Amino acid sequence: MSAPDRRGAERRSGVSWRGAVGVWAVVGGIMLAVALAGSLVAPYDPAALVGKSFLLPGPDHWFGTDALGRDVLSRVLAGGRTAVLLAVAAIVVAEAAGCVIGLVAGYRGGLVDAVLMRMNDVLLAFPALLLVLVLAAGLGPGTVVLVVGVAVVNIPGIARLARAATLGVATTGYVESALVRGEGTAAILRREILPNIAPTIVADAGVRFAGAFLIIAGLNFLGIGIQPPAPDWATMIAENRSYITLQPWTVIAPTACIALFAISVNIVGEAVARRRSRGRA
Amino acid sequence: MPGAASSHGLIWMILRRIGVALVLALVVSFLVYAATTVLPGDVAAAVLGRNATPEAVAALREQLGLGDPFVQRYLGWLGDLVRGDLGTSLAGTRMPVSELIATPVRNTAVLAGATLLLLVPLALLVGILSGVRQGRSLDRAAAGVSLTLTAVPEFVIGALLVLALAVYVPVLPAVSLVSGDVNPLTVPEFLVLPVLTLIIAGAAYLIRIVRISTIEAMATDYVEAARLAGVPERRIVVRYAVRNSLAPTIQAVSATAQWLLGGVFIVEVLFAYPGVGNALVTAVQVRDVPVIQAIAMLLALAFILINLVADIATILVDPRLRAAA
Repeated sequence: MSAPDRRGAERRSGVSWRGAVGVWAVVGGIMLAVALAGSLVAPYDPAALVGKSFLLPGPDHWFGTDALGRDVLSRVLAGGRTAVLLAVAAIVVAEAAGCVIGLVAGYRGGLVDAVLMRMNDVLLAFPALLLVLVLAAGLGPGTVVLVVGVAVVNIPGIARLARAATLGVATTGYVESALVRGEGTAAILRREILPNIAPTIVADAGVRFAGAFLIIAGLNFLGIGIQPPAPDWATMIAENRSYITLQPWTVIAPTACIALFAISVNIVGEAVARRRSRGRA
Repeated sequence: MPGAASSHGLIWMILRRIGVALVLALVVSFLVYAATTVLPGDVAAAVLGRNATPEAVAALREQLGLGDPFVQRYLGWLGDLVRGDLGTSLAGTRMPVSELIATPVRNTAVLAGATLLLLVPLALLVGILSGVRQGRSLDRAAAGVSLTLTAVPEFVIGALLVLALAVYVPVLPAVSLVSGDVNPLTVPEFLVLPVLTLIIAGAAYLIRIVRISTIEAMATDYVEAARLAGVPERRIVVRYAVRNSLAPTIQAVSATAQWLLGGVFIVEVLFAYPGVGNALVTAVQVRDVPVIQAIAMLLALAFILINLVADIATILVDPRLRAAA
């Protein structure tokens, strides 16, 4: 392919890529609104038995009812919030711990730095899902395990990123002048270094949120996290999969929600990453 | 580095890598043991449930050795593990763990093996073709599909496949009813949906890496030189691009195999496939600690081993890495 030709192809794909990102950003916004506020507009109590079992979609129950006669639409509307909030909680905990470790390791080096790197090696020798499952064996199933497990899986990566970013900033003029002014280490880390590495950390947190949501959904599906009868998209797929031939909407509705939410977060995250890498280049 | 010294360096590098793997295995064994036994909640009480008599709890604590100091318990457990004694299950039948997990291990090996056997050649083919035809329709279609699919969890892909192929066009069974002793290879139709789910979920990542490394190899000076020398394009792809993208491809295949160790859990539970993933999830729910420890160690060791083999293979295929040693 000749050079002008290739540039043309890139420009064409650039336009369609931007269009796709726009569409998925809207989808993502809608799904986030559904996840966070959906229960407010749910026609029924998501836990209440409101009709016969396995009713097919109709005017009273848009997505029909499940095995116990609960309204599928109401359960789907209420089923995203806990998982999304748990993913946010896990990432907030992980970012707080990871940033502190990374800042100290990057600024002070030495033992913290070495320990951090070895911890990361060990975690890389373990599938994330297996790690949380083993923790669940000790702590017992429940939402605490989800937050602790997903945070533990993410901390070394965040610490490593924060460390690298800190190394880049630590020798700049404004840090040196703060040192000359006689400011303490804590003040320098908080006032000089943290604000300067924040954009890197925040962009990374978005990608981590998407990953955390997927692990949490997977664990809920396995029955390790959110326990029935609480409504949750992944739990719904697990509890209704045996009845999939009787009432497919009990599985289609939560499946569509997870797929749309996950794809939109991923595509918007990818778009942010691409823009950042272009900005740097 | 001249011949003798370089092969000496190579062996040294591989031995060092094996040493790192052994240390990792040791650390992981400690973490698995610690996470399953010292964390809050008395395992003995949890296993026996709320209505257990204090005597029964005390007896089980005795059997688990919970009275001894932690380090002593860990070393005892590690010693048994190294000798191949995995202990006995705490649930129901009190079977030896090695007997209990033998069939699930075989079933999972069949599922993972069948997936890799189909997934790797397919992903390599699509990845190389997309890389060679960068920006054309095949490449853009593959990029779009893979960006979408990397985001979707395995159980969602599996549920969609069940809806399509078992509910709306009922050609396949929705669940694998491979019972205990039946070899899943003798009932291949039960394998189709689980394998297909894993291929769809795993292909995206591998295709992406192969594509990028092919693009990088195709943009190098020696490919340009070969092209100017009139070497046919097909030959360039096979002799230069594919060979030079071998090292990143080995790493990507190893990452895919490692991902598979996590992915099988979900797919096994979704399709009620009787493998180690299903066994582990059941064991976690009833807190059958010896079974959890055995399966977790087995999967972690497989994980470390895959990494080790991939690293050694990479060192062997890429002369530049050897020189760097």
